[in-house]
Amino acid sequence: MPLQATIGLETHVQLNTRTKIWCSCPVNADAPPNTAVCPVCLGYPGSLPVLNREAVRKTVITGLLLGCEIPKFSKHDRKSYFYPDMPKDYQITQYDQPLCLGGGLEIEVGGRKKYVRINRIHLEEDVGKSTHLASASGIDYNRAGTPLMEIVTEPDLANEDEAFAYLTALKRILQYGDVSHCNLEQGNIRCDINVSVAEAGAKKLGVKAEIKNMNTFRGVHRALAYEIKRQLKAVGQGETLVQETRRWDDDRGVTQSMRGKEDAHDYRYFPDPDLAGIVLTVEQIEAWRSGLPELPDRRRARFVESLGLPEGDAEVLVADKDVADYFEQVAAASGGNAKAAANWVMSEVMRVLSESGENVTSLKVRPGDIGALIRLVDAGTLNSTKAKEVFAILLEEGGDPHEIVKTRGLAQVSDQGAIKAFVRQVVDENPKVVEDYLGGKPAALQFLMGQVMRLSRGKANPPMVLELLKEMLAES
Amino acid sequence: MNRLTSRVSLCTERAMSDPDTDHIDVRYVANLARIDLTDAEIERLTGELDQILSFVHQLDMLDLAGVEPLSHPHPISNVFREDVPGDCLDREDVLENAPATVQQLIRVPQMMGES
Repeated sequence: MPLQATIGLETHVQLNTRTKIWCSCPVNADAPPNTAVCPVCLGYPGSLPVLNREAVRKTVITGLLLGCEIPKFSKHDRKSYFYPDMPKDYQITQYDQPLCLGGGLEIEVGGRKKYVRINRIHLEEDVGKSTHLASASGIDYNRAGTPLMEIVTEPDLANEDEAFAYLTALKRILQYGDVSHCNLEQGNIRCDINVSVAEAGAKKLGVKAEIKNMNTFRGVHRALAYEIKRQLKAVGQGETLVQETRRWDDDRGVTQSMRGKEDAHDYRYFPDPDLAGIVLTVEQIEAWRSGLPELPDRRRARFVESLGLPEGDAEVLVADKDVADYFEQVAAASGGNAKAAANWVMSEVMRVLSESGENVTSLKVRPGDIGALIRLVDAGTLNSTKAKEVFAILLEEGGDPHEIVKTRGLAQVSDQGAIKAFVRQVVDENPKVVEDYLGGKPAALQFLMGQVMRLSRGKANPPMVLELLKEMLAES
Repeated sequence: MNRLTSRVSLCTERAMSDPDTDHIDVRYVANLARIDLTDAEIERLTGELDQILSFVHQLDMLDLAGVEPLSHPHPISNVFREDVPGDCLDREDVLENAPATVQQLIRVPQMMGES
């Protein structure tokens, strides 16, 4: 039988609550070291944790979005181990009664769909951040106590592409649920990988390696590609693998055994006596369920069905929730021209975002402004070239589109008399080109058209110019 | 063993040297807790912990069929805080409590691996 890899992922997601899980210190990645700390998150003796309600809500929201069951009762437990980044010498986590059980999400790889099952989601606390210096390590406890979800899959993933697709799909759902900032550079999403190889169809999984603390999806992809190959080769050569923790070296592109850290863990979990259990009523859960956001797949279908967008446009627009929200506001202000709204967002707005690296929510051009530009173009007040000029001005300075069109005299000239005068002037000044056109060179018309637009300083209504130009040439 | 004492063993799963006599392996537990003990201390503590265990085992005499295990001695649940930021400590005070500091960080012996 051929060998087959089996992968499970444990994904740690920092919630975007304002405060920490057990105390009212702010969650702030930019705060100077050791300034967002208090006796609770520093683990001072005698301090007591009190659970942040919003952290519970966001975890349950995530569970509902992933189709998990929300048990009526849930509790927190202590996991004991010594490590300097954890000041209490135990981490408060959830052992056997987490907030969410089961569920899963669909991924698509190479056109094939697959359902990846979730085992559970539990809510725990993040630890401090360590900096490794030449002769010592330094700890910043600002991060200690940040609410952290651990989302654990079943061993349903078969290769690095599926793992990557899972993480991408998960991130999109977390963004849609507004439960995390999902900023990978800031470590909002970190991942532990469990991977083993065994004969396809074998009942028992192979000996697993755990690769800890991955903080980019690309890193997960590369580490898995390497590790699967390594294990396949070893097992293929009849070697016996040992269960171990491995570290991904991104620079060298290899995983390495972390020997020496292998002293068997005995975490001695037990219910945290400082914390009361969590009892969620059906009414509470249903109230949260009724407020769930629309997920990307459903939104894409709605963009196609009720706004009449092509599949491809809808796919591009829903990829980022903020962009999709922005688009919806443009479409709502566009006077019913959703396709034009899609075109503006996909071309102009997304170009600006990729050039500047800005988030769409901080753009000076508000969605209503683009809606107004679409209506001005549709009404024939503005031609599309001038509309882009107004967009550029809005981008730099902000302002009111109507006002900009008015004060800068950008309104389209649709006055027949005025355009006719430009057309006559161009025909009179370019007898050679006119002759070419009449002699059977249709391209000459483009030149004449350009000249008319130039004379009008770009403001003439282009279809009208074309019509009047053809009319006059036919007469000459 | 009934359900309640099986929960006790959850905490000390690895600490039982002999599941029949329920002796606690004090050397193992002391190692986990980073406590240095002499042989004499280990012997004394093994005896004391045996007494505690046998005290707890009195619960085996009760018929607890159908009784849900408690995770908290008090019948309370849903003790929550609202998500509103409050005051933090001054960094000067925080660092004063640390044995050593470096670059506004708490200085600890060099460590490797997970953070």
